[in-house]
Amino acid sequence: MTSSSSLAIQAHQLSKRYGSHTVVQNVSFELPAGETLVLLGPSGCGKTTLLRMLNRLVEPDAGYVAIHGQDVRTQPVADLRRGIGYVIQQVGLLPHYTVAENVGVVPRLLGQEASQVAARTEELLRRLHLPPERYGGQYPHQLSGGQQQRVGLARALAANPPIILLDEPFGALDPITRASIRREFRELEELRRKTVVLVTHDVTEAFELADRIMLLNAGQVQQLGTPRELLFRPANNFVRSFFEAEKLSLQLRTLRLTDVLAYTPTESNMPITTHYKSEYNILPPTVTIQQSIELLSTLSAKHEGPGEEAVVWVEADNSNADRALTSLSLPQLMAAFGRALQQVQTP
Amino acid sequence: MNTFTELLAFWHAQADKLGQQTLQHIGLTAASLLLGVLIGVPLGLLVTRRPRLAPWVLGGASILQTIPSIALLGFLIPALGIGPGPAIFALFLYALLPIVRNTVTGIQGVDAAVVDAARGLGLTDSQVLRRVELPLALPVLFAGIRTAAVINVGVATLAAYIAAGGLGEFIFGGIALNNPAMILAGAIPAAALALAFDAALALLQRLPVRRLVRVGQSLLILLPILAGLYLLPRATSRLLAGFSPEFVGRADGLPGLQQKYGLRTASVVLAPALVYEAAHHGDVDVIDGYSTDGRIRAYDLRVLRDDQQAFPPYQAAPVVRAETLAQHPELAPVLAKLEGQISDSMMTELNYRVDYLHETPRAVAHAFLRQRGLWHDPLPVQGGIIRLGSKIFAEQYILAELYEALIRGYTGLAVESKTGLGGTNICFEALRTGSIDLYPEYTGTGLLVLLQPKAAVIDSLGGKPAAVLAYVHQEFKRRYGLEWQAPLGFNNTYALLMRRQQAEQLGIASVSELSAFLRK
Repeated sequence: MTSSSSLAIQAHQLSKRYGSHTVVQNVSFELPAGETLVLLGPSGCGKTTLLRMLNRLVEPDAGYVAIHGQDVRTQPVADLRRGIGYVIQQVGLLPHYTVAENVGVVPRLLGQEASQVAARTEELLRRLHLPPERYGGQYPHQLSGGQQQRVGLARALAANPPIILLDEPFGALDPITRASIRREFRELEELRRKTVVLVTHDVTEAFELADRIMLLNAGQVQQLGTPRELLFRPANNFVRSFFEAEKLSLQLRTLRLTDVLAYTPTESNMPITTHYKSEYNILPPTVTIQQSIELLSTLSAKHEGPGEEAVVWVEADNSNADRALTSLSLPQLMAAFGRALQQVQTP
Repeated sequence: MNTFTELLAFWHAQADKLGQQTLQHIGLTAASLLLGVLIGVPLGLLVTRRPRLAPWVLGGASILQTIPSIALLGFLIPALGIGPGPAIFALFLYALLPIVRNTVTGIQGVDAAVVDAARGLGLTDSQVLRRVELPLALPVLFAGIRTAAVINVGVATLAAYIAAGGLGEFIFGGIALNNPAMILAGAIPAAALALAFDAALALLQRLPVRRLVRVGQSLLILLPILAGLYLLPRATSRLLAGFSPEFVGRADGLPGLQQKYGLRTASVVLAPALVYEAAHHGDVDVIDGYSTDGRIRAYDLRVLRDDQQAFPPYQAAPVVRAETLAQHPELAPVLAKLEGQISDSMMTELNYRVDYLHETPRAVAHAFLRQRGLWHDPLPVQGGIIRLGSKIFAEQYILAELYEALIRGYTGLAVESKTGLGGTNICFEALRTGSIDLYPEYTGTGLLVLLQPKAAVIDSLGGKPAAVLAYVHQEFKRRYGLEWQAPLGFNNTYALLMRRQQAEQLGIASVSELSAFLRK
């Protein structure tokens, strides 16, 4: 449906074997520019190998990769890689380069002016909460793990490549740092416009970041689709069982208010006028159930008067004027969520 | 204390030579290190890129390392001759293993994630190598260069054996003459050099990687400059002489010649075993040797006539402990069987068969005894052991074999041979302290090396063989309780030798003529 030129990445029938062990088997996908694809799967499923084929750190035994419609084998490999950001779990900062020099590696390779490189480096470091005047001259070993990974991210973004490849970028960080960097990552304006391929084995991370997820097992694609498709219409038992353990948490993160509003009970408990609206309890319908529940629990913790129930107000989809607001209390939300789930899961 | 003053005096007297040898030593070490780096590092890199080669390259370098250095020099002589070439090559081979191994270890020690990230960012293979792998491997690589440097400063002393100079000249001269001050005169600067190289490279090794990169680059410039020290002009003359270390230091060797004839010649120091080969191949023109040496015949050399008698007579005779003679009265008549039996030409012939035809000293000795009708099959041993010593060249081996066969054939005594006892002093000390019972010695050596009488005494003897024998006989008995027995007949004196063809061309037949030619 999309012409090949607006496709950032095409992978066609990729296969790779090491000795008798097939690591990647006949994997194909197409990734439109600006989309985020998460390669998900258990350890050893071939997701990292697949990622490394995209920038030719691994050469496929069969199949080919095209970037922006051009077969990657038709251009010098170094040029190809300079046009693709690359972040790995171990970060791999050059230990004998300062933070600023690490960030400036690719622009310098591309022959950019020193002043231009310096300006870009400062901008990126600042955006990633590493004030350049403090951190620019430091060496990687002086930084914490999270700071190093931010530098790694800045380095990948420095030359403003349209494509970024990330191999378990948050995998080596402690849970708190991981959560905060993931949030920064999600909110980073730089990344919004880019085509991103991210490898992870963390299901929550995949759901949080992906436009589409490719679930792999033993080198074969199990399912490629949106998080919602994988969760609610699993292609096979492997996909189903893969999400089983975190099913509820994923459902809460995947379904949005707009998915459940239709199932709100209408017969009783109509909104009472005493429920006031404020900027704190009005939500857009695109918010996930998880976020809504979080807000509701915070609100009810604030005013715990008897008989007075915390509610949120949901804007209507076409969101014009006050009248479109619907109020929702926690029990109402949960009931709607339950019904919606039943609907979504029955084929 | 005495040695210490002697040492200072020696340094003072030989300051020029010490400086020159030190520079040569640094030059040899630096040249071999440079080669080691230029070849070892790429070889190490090759191994990291083609791991299948690793056992071959590292194994090969390890095997080279296990070859005793003196043997390695020996192997190289047929291929490369003598002089700085083979010396630097041998040192380079020793430098190879630590440099190759540390290059491999260093590169393999670079964090794989760093290399992976660098490649992923779009550094080319050569950029990864130059900007990432090599700089990060440098500390380990430097440790390898440091090891190689220290090894090479030590091994470079052996270069003196093949006319490549260096501080080994003093050391081996000192060993040959049992002169501790002279040994120390070379050994102390050599040790100091090793420590200095070690300390300097240790300091560098601790620098941060970035500075190290610059240091590494400057080292690549510095090493050729240091190696160039070797090329500083040395004394030259119309003919080049190659002398054994003992000859250079002995009073009746080169110093005697210089005194008597005013001989001035540029010379290199060589292992005694190599001087004849060196003359034969034209590496040097004048050598010291022994007048009965078999190789004189083999290599067609001319013995320059000692027309002013700088070399005293060197009649060969067994020297025996007086106690041994008293304990075993049957011994003296057996030793006397060889009295006057061997002429100069006969000894040259026997030496020729051993040195050049590679017959064993034992076979040559036994054949000689049979020919002279002196052979007798060994008698059963009835007790008592005679410990027989010899110095470390063919003639002494042959003489030792002759005595051993005679003692076994005519007495019931057992014989224990301790042949190959280094130089004169080692043999003499072994005899004096009773480690051996007898060894063949030369009257001139006894006089000038061991007794070292005043010049007046030597002059009074006038270079007459009988007078010298009488004097050493008397003095050895008086001072050490050692008995000189009847001489064998030949006179194995020091001699200057030249290639016959060249000597005839230049019209040189005597040492005086040589000296005159060199002064022209």
